[in-house]
Amino acid sequence: MTQLDTSDAAAETLKGGPGRRRVRMTGRGVPLPLLIPALVGLAFLLLPLVALLVRAPWRSLPSQLTSTEVWQALQLSLFSATAATAVSLVLGVPLAWVLARTEFPGRGFLRALVTLPLVLPPVVGGVALLLALGRNGVVGQWLDSWFGITLPFTTTGVVVAEAFVAMPFLVISVEGTLRAADPRYEEAAQTLGASRFTAFRRVTLPLIAPGIAAGAVLAWARALGEFGATITFAGNFPGRTQTMPLAVYLALQNDPEAAIALSLVLLAVSIAVLAGLRDRWMTTS
Amino acid sequence: MSNLRTTAIEGTDDKGLDAHLIVDRGTFRLDIELTAAPGDVVALLGPNGAGKTTALRALAGLVHLTDGHLRLDGAELDRTPPESRPVGVVFQDYLLFPHLTALDNVGFGPRCQSATKAESRAIAAEWLDRMGLAEHAGAKPRRLSGGQAQRVAVARALATRPRLLLLDEPLAALDARTRLDVRAQLRRHLAEFEAVAVLVTHDPLDAMVLADRLVVIEQGSIVQEGTPADIARHPRTDYIAQLVGLNLYKGRADGHTVTLDTGPVITTTEDLQGEVFVAFPPSGVTLYGSRPTGASARNLWHCEVAGLETHGDQIRVDLTGELPLAADLTTVAAAELDLHQGALVWATVKATQTHAYPA
Repeated sequence: MTQLDTSDAAAETLKGGPGRRRVRMTGRGVPLPLLIPALVGLAFLLLPLVALLVRAPWRSLPSQLTSTEVWQALQLSLFSATAATAVSLVLGVPLAWVLARTEFPGRGFLRALVTLPLVLPPVVGGVALLLALGRNGVVGQWLDSWFGITLPFTTTGVVVAEAFVAMPFLVISVEGTLRAADPRYEEAAQTLGASRFTAFRRVTLPLIAPGIAAGAVLAWARALGEFGATITFAGNFPGRTQTMPLAVYLALQNDPEAAIALSLVLLAVSIAVLAGLRDRWMTTS
Repeated sequence: MSNLRTTAIEGTDDKGLDAHLIVDRGTFRLDIELTAAPGDVVALLGPNGAGKTTALRALAGLVHLTDGHLRLDGAELDRTPPESRPVGVVFQDYLLFPHLTALDNVGFGPRCQSATKAESRAIAAEWLDRMGLAEHAGAKPRRLSGGQAQRVAVARALATRPRLLLLDEPLAALDARTRLDVRAQLRRHLAEFEAVAVLVTHDPLDAMVLADRLVVIEQGSIVQEGTPADIARHPRTDYIAQLVGLNLYKGRADGHTVTLDTGPVITTTEDLQGEVFVAFPPSGVTLYGSRPTGASARNLWHCEVAGLETHGDQIRVDLTGELPLAADLTTVAAAELDLHQGALVWATVKATQTHAYPA
């Protein structure tokens, strides 16, 4: 349901800040049939994180985190997630605009297709990418024979896989923001002599900037944690395609302590992202 | 770029607006003809859903014409996209760009017309100065009061030097006090404006104060047009009669008597023949609790009170019966008559209070 939250949060921001009218139930007693599952659910979500902190090899942590492999994986992860986010922005924002602002037959169907990678198992996405962009893929064979470009098992391949999985988050978020934004601002700009593109660039884009930022962070976080599509499409080569999640998985087999250390880093990044979005999600009702 | 905004037809010097707007939306059809000379201020007046805003949007190019034509200063604009029309729009809720300062809002148009950033800012500053908003140039729209925002919106529309200025309910978003000031200012700016101005409103007072000519639209068609004074005196539909506060009836005149289509007869001072309208103000009606003795039977009707409401310092009484009508009386008179819903009264109108004119 993440996409719904995003668009709602984005819509809230556009309407001028988070809604403050929250109905508080505390003090009037929460019914037990609700309270007990709620507490169990809370524990279920928090326990694994607590375990991670409890079992963390705090003493050997500094040496773990300064090893070359960890640095390589971290750098690669940060780079490829950022690059995938950039790709998502460049392609996703215009796609969101087209979905939100134009009417054409099959628009609803297209929108559903765009959101498909949200629900598609990432491994399936990786297989699909291989069939499309692999060396013998539908498009990949031409990329290879005409331009000598090979995507699978390269760092670019990692970016492609991550963008494939992450872009829908951005598109849905930005589309929601656009729908909540008043399209008449674009009309006002047009009556002042702005072309539709100028109106988009100078009026709409600044207005939906918060939604774009939220979508970008969401896409970035999703790209950072990407595992299935990456390992399927780009493989697992240290320094080239081995991102943090892959490194965690691999380390867990040989060196559990290293896996925990890597996991802690990803947890820290996640918390940082959440802190960055604090005002957007944690305060909206 | 600005000289490319219109494709002027050689040899024509018909200045002003010449439009026949037809917009077909299946269940709703707008079909109105609108002409105006430079300097004219035309008000489109009509109830909600009459098509006023659609007409305005069609003039701005935000709605496509199904048919008809649109010429401005001799240039065909039917197929011109909104950004290429020499048209300025003041939107109902202004639609000032919230992320830009007042100065940049006003400078937006000139900037789009290829003025440099410095030039457009200079133009904007001049307009804000003219509107008495120089000290608010750096303010974002949300920091402006309703009246200030309205003036920024007018400045923004005028800064592109439009040949047609469109105003959609320019005063609707203001509270009563601000409205008075802003209306007076807007009247001054419209009077100074050298091209055609078309404003849309459902408020007859705004229309009469601001416009030289009123065009009344109901259900997508023009039902009456003329000067404010003419329309106030000779309403031709119930909607207009209600707006200008008159009781209006249609009937056949034979000399001084008018027989209404519904039966009752009204005696008037005018001597007319054929189809006529008869109008009289609610204040011209006198009510009696019992049949007035000694009064002539002329213009005397037995009615039932259908509703009461305060109307300024008077009581507006809605009457049904032989002749449905509205009557205004003082609170004291209403109390003395013991008026309440369902009460039966006698209503009279002097012939001198009535006004008949050919339909």
